[in-house]
Amino acid sequence: MTAAAACAPHVPWSRSDALEIIARICDQPGALMPILTELVRRFGYIDPEIVPEIAESLNLSRAEVHGVISFYHDFRTTPPGRHILRVCRAESCQAVGGRALEEHARERLGVDWHQTTDDGRFTLEPVFCLGNCACSPALMVDETLYGRVTPERFDEITAATEVEP
Amino acid sequence: MKLFVPRDASALSLGADEVAARFVQALPETELVRNGSFGLYWLEPLVEVERDGERIAFGPVTPEDVRGLVECGLADDHPLCLGPTAAIDALAGQDRLTFARCGWIDPLSLDDYQAHGGFSGLKKALEMTPQAMVDEVRESGLRGRGGAAFPTGIKWQTVLDCQADQKYIVCNADEGDSGTFADRMIMEGDPYSLIEGMIIAGLATGATRGFIYLRSEYPHSRDVLNAAIGRAEEAGWLGTDVGGSGRAFHLEVFMGAGAYICGEETALLESLEGKRGMIRYKPPLPAIKGLFGQPTVVNNVISLATVPVIFERGAGYYADFGREKSRGTLTIQLAGNIARPGLYEFGFGLPLKELIEEIGGGTASGRPVKAVQCGGPLGPFLTAEQLDLPISYEDFAEGSAMVGHGGVVVFDDSADMARLARFSMEFGAVESCGKCTPCRVGTTRAYETIDRIIAGRDPEANRALLEDLCETMIHGSLCAHGGLIPYPVLSALEHFPEDFGLKGKTEANLPADQPNA
Repeated sequence: MTAAAACAPHVPWSRSDALEIIARICDQPGALMPILTELVRRFGYIDPEIVPEIAESLNLSRAEVHGVISFYHDFRTTPPGRHILRVCRAESCQAVGGRALEEHARERLGVDWHQTTDDGRFTLEPVFCLGNCACSPALMVDETLYGRVTPERFDEITAATEVEP
Repeated sequence: MKLFVPRDASALSLGADEVAARFVQALPETELVRNGSFGLYWLEPLVEVERDGERIAFGPVTPEDVRGLVECGLADDHPLCLGPTAAIDALAGQDRLTFARCGWIDPLSLDDYQAHGGFSGLKKALEMTPQAMVDEVRESGLRGRGGAAFPTGIKWQTVLDCQADQKYIVCNADEGDSGTFADRMIMEGDPYSLIEGMIIAGLATGATRGFIYLRSEYPHSRDVLNAAIGRAEEAGWLGTDVGGSGRAFHLEVFMGAGAYICGEETALLESLEGKRGMIRYKPPLPAIKGLFGQPTVVNNVISLATVPVIFERGAGYYADFGREKSRGTLTIQLAGNIARPGLYEFGFGLPLKELIEEIGGGTASGRPVKAVQCGGPLGPFLTAEQLDLPISYEDFAEGSAMVGHGGVVVFDDSADMARLARFSMEFGAVESCGKCTPCRVGTTRAYETIDRIIAGRDPEANRALLEDLCETMIHGSLCAHGGLIPYPVLSALEHFPEDFGLKGKTEANLPADQPNA
């Protein structure tokens, strides 16, 4: 998931709002990426029902739009949890306990990568570098970055992260 | 009195916002500047107080420390006091050219920027012909800092020589390599230097539009850049009349969507056009047929942010740093298991060993160094015995190492090199664009083969198979992703066979003609 896209809380999917976003952006050059980014930022995901409208507005085939959505990690097609928690899996974090943090995160949340907790609070995503390598291990909750994250700090961060459902 | 608390994302990740909030609460009358980071990350959050024109540093400051600091009046004898910022050893010893302003200024203040030499390079450039501008960059010896190290002046010359109605400057801010954060730091700490560099690139090559392709993992950079672009437009540095010259340059930020391969320049251009980030065949070069088929300069953030100082101080001044064909400075990012992680800008030629052991203070764990990976996830692992290399493109190429974007990740002796090699290929598979078979299929087959070696299933035969597969990927892949991802794996196999449960050193050494890209 993208940071730009992960700005929780998201609003429920609205076809008319989605059409408004498409109409607002579709005249830009290379408009497909900004449209998809904005849909994910607003709703947390891209409902496949909107693919034909995007395709028509940009004079693309539905296959082309689907191809772009499926290529990028940020563009999900199902609703995420209320918060997106991304744990860095890259080398610098691995060098100082990142693997233990990954295991702790999966065990503590009871989910594997790309899955959402039963209570809908968190969707766990892997990320390959958050640019916080000098403060490894790192993770990001929505757009909030954390560094030097121990398993204990992970528990504090997740306990402190909640909005009214 | 003036206070400085960084807004750099890494400082924020350690609680800088909470520190700033507590200072505001305790000292509501005091001016607070949210600066960039100096890159001394073991001291972050690094708080400074300016008194009588001198900045005194304290760090690392936790929110709980704020009360005590305020009560003692931020006195020099507080245990967290580091003395004058400019005299901190780790900072004072550096050759800060690209990062000369980062940390010192309010990132969004145009006045601050100009008071520290900002836009003086552009003002000089506005007096020059496009050819003279390109010559200046060529004479500086600047090479692409994104990783490929292609001479920036030659790239600009190609675009200048092309006839086209529309040319583009594209800044590659898809800084995806693990262990790198220099782009992020400069975008958050001194965004106008990037903007100024892009304007100069535009004036030099005849391009009137620029895009910063920014990775979505950098929301803090996005916010700073968008604010900076807005202010630069208002002040007339961007738009239809750059600095009153009558010449146009428009700039905008374009967000990526989480694809490592979009750091490859042709995949980046595809993405900018709204397509899947699949790499393109070369030729044609992006300089001739780039964004929307038009001549396009694609440069890394650090390359572009270095352009202003080259114009301000002169090509000769910049080229005086460094050695051989590695001119100027490298913005080294030291990370992983290291006592003093951070951003270190030095002229090329600093020995890697000195960087890690003396400047970086050795491993954070205090255990011996086992391996060092330079140049991001596609760079080979070096052993502790290989660290005598001076940091330069030539020396690294000779020593089977990669400079890349300047990332250096240190591992102590607890690292399991077989798992790291497995991870390299797993990462390679997840991030492959899928266009060429060696990379798309090879990465997956490679980690499966590594799994068999680790499991002890016919290990010697599987090692031979893995080495053969790696050779196919090196020579058969379309771009550096599939072409370089075998290097960390082969180097791990060569130097640490015991981690794979293998005996003895392999005979298959790394190919000597490893591309430095």
